[in-house]
Amino acid sequence: MRRRQFLVLSAASVGGVLVYSLDRKVSRLAAQDKPAAGQKIRIPLRFFTEGEALIVAAAVARIFPTDESGPGATEAGVTVFIDRQLAGPYGRDKHRYTHPPFDDNAAEEFGYQGASNPQQVYREGLKQLAGFDKLAPAEQDAKLKQIETGVFFNLLRRNTIEGMFCDPQHGGNVDMVGWQLIGFPGPRMTNFAQIEQYKGEPFRPKPMSLAQVVDHPNKPTEEET
Amino acid sequence: MKTLPKTDAVIIGGGWTGLLMAKELSARTPISVVVLERGAPRHKEDYIGGMDELDYNVRFRLMQDYGLQTVTLRYTTKDKAIPVRQLGSFMPGQGTGGAGEHWGAVWPRFQPDVFNLLTSTTQRYGAKKLPEGHSVVDWGVTWEEIEPYYVKADKLVGAGGKAGNLRGKVVDGGNIFEGARSEEYPLPPTKTPYFGSLFKDAALKLGYHPYPNPAAILSQNYTNPDGISRQACFYCGFCDRFGCMVGAKSQPTNTLLPIVEKAKSVTLRHGCWVRRIVYDKSSGRATGVSYIDANGEETIQPADLVILGSWTLNNTRLLLLSGIGEPYDPNTGKGVVGRNLTHQISFTAAQAFFDKPLNRFMGAAPAGTRMSDFDGDAFDHSNLPFIRGGTFAGMGTGFQPIVGFGAVPSSVKTRWGSEWKKAAVYWYDRVGTVSFAGEHVAYRDHYFDLDPTYKDHLGDPLIRMTIDWNENEREVVKFAIAKGVEIAKAMGAKEIVPSAPYGHYDTRRYQSTHVQGGTIMGKSPEHSVVNTFGQHWQASNLFVMGASQFANNGSANPTPSVIAFTYRTADAVIDRYLKHPGKLA
Repeated sequence: MRRRQFLVLSAASVGGVLVYSLDRKVSRLAAQDKPAAGQKIRIPLRFFTEGEALIVAAAVARIFPTDESGPGATEAGVTVFIDRQLAGPYGRDKHRYTHPPFDDNAAEEFGYQGASNPQQVYREGLKQLAGFDKLAPAEQDAKLKQIETGVFFNLLRRNTIEGMFCDPQHGGNVDMVGWQLIGFPGPRMTNFAQIEQYKGEPFRPKPMSLAQVVDHPNKPTEEET
Repeated sequence: MKTLPKTDAVIIGGGWTGLLMAKELSARTPISVVVLERGAPRHKEDYIGGMDELDYNVRFRLMQDYGLQTVTLRYTTKDKAIPVRQLGSFMPGQGTGGAGEHWGAVWPRFQPDVFNLLTSTTQRYGAKKLPEGHSVVDWGVTWEEIEPYYVKADKLVGAGGKAGNLRGKVVDGGNIFEGARSEEYPLPPTKTPYFGSLFKDAALKLGYHPYPNPAAILSQNYTNPDGISRQACFYCGFCDRFGCMVGAKSQPTNTLLPIVEKAKSVTLRHGCWVRRIVYDKSSGRATGVSYIDANGEETIQPADLVILGSWTLNNTRLLLLSGIGEPYDPNTGKGVVGRNLTHQISFTAAQAFFDKPLNRFMGAAPAGTRMSDFDGDAFDHSNLPFIRGGTFAGMGTGFQPIVGFGAVPSSVKTRWGSEWKKAAVYWYDRVGTVSFAGEHVAYRDHYFDLDPTYKDHLGDPLIRMTIDWNENEREVVKFAIAKGVEIAKAMGAKEIVPSAPYGHYDTRRYQSTHVQGGTIMGKSPEHSVVNTFGQHWQASNLFVMGASQFANNGSANPTPSVIAFTYRTADAVIDRYLKHPGKLA
């Protein structure tokens, strides 16, 4: 077994959000434990090395940046989300047909035909981004521009959107920042009274996560074997 | 290998057709029935904790596991087929209820002329109007024969809608282009989400005939003729690709399973992967089925009656693997098993951007407005470069953020970074789609056979689809895009992004889970696999159920027709076949 890796972030950068303890339970940094300046948070990683996680964190922050239009991938915990996805059946391609022969010349209409699973695509892709987290934002954008038509970037972009807007039980969309950004209320059990009421005016109920709405959310797919 | 005691009937597949046959057989006959479902057991209670977009709408928890088995696909008989490695253009189901669990519950009937497409098209336009290379045929069944079974299907699911043709009388506000209904829908239409009301107003302004989309989701609390009570829809929006948390969306697990599970004559086995129908060619009898059970043991289940209800792909594949009937050869036109593979034209004709929020998170998969002014032969094709057509709709299906985020007007050129994010956030709830569902004509060289290279996890060949869009479909799509833009404009859209025209069949883009053909019905064994009762021409104790029976796609989503034809088969089996086993036609 490899040595356990952690993503170490400054507490200020993730201020007051959820972190994941070693037993995979979610715990909250209590508001009264407001982190002192310079304090670090160690988030256990399931798939990435710390170095990889820092590159992913920097890249997703350029894909879905934190800016004047609102919070982004950093606040939503997208890196932690992707790490958990890659460690699960999705990362291992459990539900993709992976029998050979692989035809690399198939037309694009046939979809991804590569032999590499998402774990392998990330591992290889991140090698090309060595030192990425140390670059200035403009240099980072230039680097991503170079790879934006490739398999790795497109997977990273898709996973970033997933991590922004998934139910918080998957480790992304922390504190439902993604849902708040776009006005999505989450799993709201009934809109019976409102469905015909609103005619072009915003209806923005306070978001609730699945765990807040039902007693027993189904086990997330990333926890399946 | 173990051989189990013989059962009277064995049913392959625990979805709409299999469980409906099991229900009918158990309610109306004393015979013993075994249902074999290869997926996991499911109950409606399982869905309560399942309002999770990532797991159900993105990772496709309810769908067929392509890690075990998929299809291969090619455009022409000269190409090498490529495996479809991830779910894309269609989404078969797996587990109790099959695809009937995650479906959208859109509930249209076929147009009456779909059943005699060859005759009706030839009579109106002459044979030359049919597209080159077509294999359009008549089904051998009439609207009048099938309509009473549509009524039974409506009552089973508690269909909601508004009739547009009641016993020949045209009714404003319903679909005036539909075939005559003998009865009104059991329930009124669902509520209309805002986007659907914009569509309705626009369609009326343009002189079209919009109607509330017919739905197999309850608009009111309802008890069906079997005594199954379900509650009305809450419009939560977690609908298409989910199981319903409250049981409002009709699914086999909430509509049929409660009865089937109580029936003493029915045994439902899960995790049973059927590999072959055991067939005695000399006597023309199916003697049972061979499967791998949940413990991995090879098992023979002998039976007097075999009912194959495993969805289009596996219905066809199991007949080919089992050597039942002559495989279709597109070069000679001989053989029947695998012929007339069709899908459905289904796409966003126009993306419409509005200057106001649409609150599209609220909704239900079949809630919205549809119009049939350009469906089938409702309009004259004499001066158009295509036959047939389809329906337009403005739906409020329940818009979700992972799948939905990122639509921006064409002025935004980037797909990531600040500019894109700002635009995508702004437009997220201001974008809607004018959708189109159209007919897919059958062609001689579109068919199923067994792939020579790729196998499933047990080593059996995958099924190979030879399919593409031809000129007729591409012309229909061009026509639909222009109309879609016209409707979007009339809806008050500030910006409109028309769809790109159709090129080749694209396995990546979800089309619909409406794949038809392979074991088509007909009047004669030379041109069809089963008779109009679903009975196999050569093996009279084998019945094949589902959309694999359908010789062409009818623009409408096929499930109501699948259920109607299953009811018709149930009557034929129970009232005629079981009394005098033998050929029904």
